[in-house]
Amino acid sequence: MFRRSVDKDKPARGFQPLDDQSSRFLARKPSRDELVNTDSGYILYLEDITVSFDGFKALNELTLYIETGELRCIIGPNGAGKTTMMDVITGKTRPDFGTAFYGQRLDLLRLTEPEIASLGIGRKFQKPTVFENHTVHDNLELAMEADKRVWATLARRLSGEERDRIAEVLDIIGLKEEVSALAGSLSHGQKQWLEIGMLLMQNPLVLLVDEPVAGMTKQESESTAELLTTLAGDHSVVVVEHDMEFVRSIARRVTVLHEGRVLAEGPFEEIQHDAKVIEVYLGE
Amino acid sequence: MLLGRLIKQDWGRSILLGTLGVMCVVVPVANLLVPEDSAFHVSTYTVTLLGKYLCYALLAMALDLVWGYCGILSLGHGAFFALGGYAMGMYLMRQIGTRGVYGHPELPDFMVFLNWEELPWYWFGFDAFWFAMLMVVLVPGLLALVFGWLAFRSRVTGVYLSIMTQALTYALLLAFYRNEMGFGGNNGLTDFKDILGASLQSDVTRVVLFVVSAIALALTYLFCRFVVTSKLGRVVTAVRDADDRTRFIGYRVENYKVWIFTVSAVLAGIAGALYVPQVGIINPSEFEPLKSIELVVWVALGGRGTLYGAALGAVIVNYAKTWMTGAFPEVWPFALGGLFILVTLSLPKGVVGLVRSLPYWLALRVRYMYHKWGSLIRAKFSH
Repeated sequence: MFRRSVDKDKPARGFQPLDDQSSRFLARKPSRDELVNTDSGYILYLEDITVSFDGFKALNELTLYIETGELRCIIGPNGAGKTTMMDVITGKTRPDFGTAFYGQRLDLLRLTEPEIASLGIGRKFQKPTVFENHTVHDNLELAMEADKRVWATLARRLSGEERDRIAEVLDIIGLKEEVSALAGSLSHGQKQWLEIGMLLMQNPLVLLVDEPVAGMTKQESESTAELLTTLAGDHSVVVVEHDMEFVRSIARRVTVLHEGRVLAEGPFEEIQHDAKVIEVYLGE
Repeated sequence: MLLGRLIKQDWGRSILLGTLGVMCVVVPVANLLVPEDSAFHVSTYTVTLLGKYLCYALLAMALDLVWGYCGILSLGHGAFFALGGYAMGMYLMRQIGTRGVYGHPELPDFMVFLNWEELPWYWFGFDAFWFAMLMVVLVPGLLALVFGWLAFRSRVTGVYLSIMTQALTYALLLAFYRNEMGFGGNNGLTDFKDILGASLQSDVTRVVLFVVSAIALALTYLFCRFVVTSKLGRVVTAVRDADDRTRFIGYRVENYKVWIFTVSAVLAGIAGALYVPQVGIINPSEFEPLKSIELVVWVALGGRGTLYGAALGAVIVNYAKTWMTGAFPEVWPFALGGLFILVTLSLPKGVVGLVRSLPYWLALRVRYMYHKWGSLIRAKFSH
């Protein structure tokens, strides 16, 4: 299971003395930061991930590493496996082969969706999915990092600090005026922002952001770019996006997916002139 | 607009609690103190009938909790109601003592009839009221817990879940029809004599049962309101609207569903336990799938997701049923079916939704008329 990496390019995950089995015997619950060990400088390790749906390989031996604190853009034509990759990371889809590690210790393939979410991997969907019958405030409150077990939730009241946190996020996403509006009544762009706000409330270590600027005006997408750039560093941000203009404005490192595997990886300028990438995009 | 603001306040709650409070005072007085020949006298028959409606209202509220707020359409909630009823019925059977037809000191009549020698093990303890009440809560609760855990953990949802709940109540129906089960077969449990030493035939006992039902309904309402307005309530509605999203922000959706389903089953069981001493019988027909479906109609008609709407729907439909099965018994099934179609097509939010939207509709009409006729009138005067 834990192969030593021989390949020079592969970051070594190293020895993992504290997997989730042994942590069960600790006197207290280990904190999230203890569980997610990123000493090696990487936070996500996807190796040889293969997912097939009825013979069609959505992901074909995909190998991808995300550094801690980096802002990575993932581009690729439709059907390249971008969303499937996010499904694998968040536990929605189990791959047929391959390994997926979160930090050096946590095997993502053995965790459920809520576990992965509470360990700090937050996700924004392609289609904005907010809770339409809840107010903007309640959407943020629901997403907030907290004890999310049933009985704890029943007795839960917001503390002053948490109110401040909600106000702060409302400020960031620019929905202060709409705080008690139903999320269903927001415009498309506002829903995108609300979902980003929900992601922030979760206080994640990794943000998986699927098409954040779809349906946004130029101005809105500029401020989204600004927000994502400020988030990188403290958080690791993975953005899937079609809008090249947007990718150019934020990306430091770009990964191009094609037919379920990595076609090219590197800085935006380099990718732009890559012969294989041009062929895939123009050949479509 | 003032009218709009008035409606925005939660009148349903005040009306429900107010009505229950008034009934708790008026009905006992009108039954026990007002002389029988007075126009204000309420007959014991009516008291029992009202008590029955209150139990149905409680049951409807329990269903609304899972269906209206969590989107779980249970078509087998009658099963939990019946199980609560059977637990109460078993206690009442044990209270008969030697007053049965066969006069056996321990065994209920139907067991003597089946030539049984001794009480089956699962009847032990039911002579004690506290034990029976414990079972009223535990039996439906545990069944719902196990059923829910199995179903929700496998992520069975929607129509498939509804069919499974229907199968659950049908299976119990078949089981309880069997004499060997030891629950009285198709006759069920009946001929009750007294409860906690008070005769079930006396007016005072009837009135007390009515008042207890009204209080239970009020408490259930307050409890359900506490649940749905808590953060848990918001999570549960989030599960109803987008369960995947809820999972991805870190909630174990299955646990929430099991919790709300179990709580609802316990409430349904309590409703059943209050129902049985008032109607004086519990038999397997309570498990009939049709009864559970009827229950869904009550909630849909009243307006789901409001709690008091469910109570209102239960009372409306059952009043109509009482009246119609007396006047035109053959028509009732058609009326019920027609009602359901009508509600589904034109009243998606039920009676409560209709009443709520009425002032807005009126305001719109008034504004429209003003614009239409106002300009004409102004035009006339400007000449």
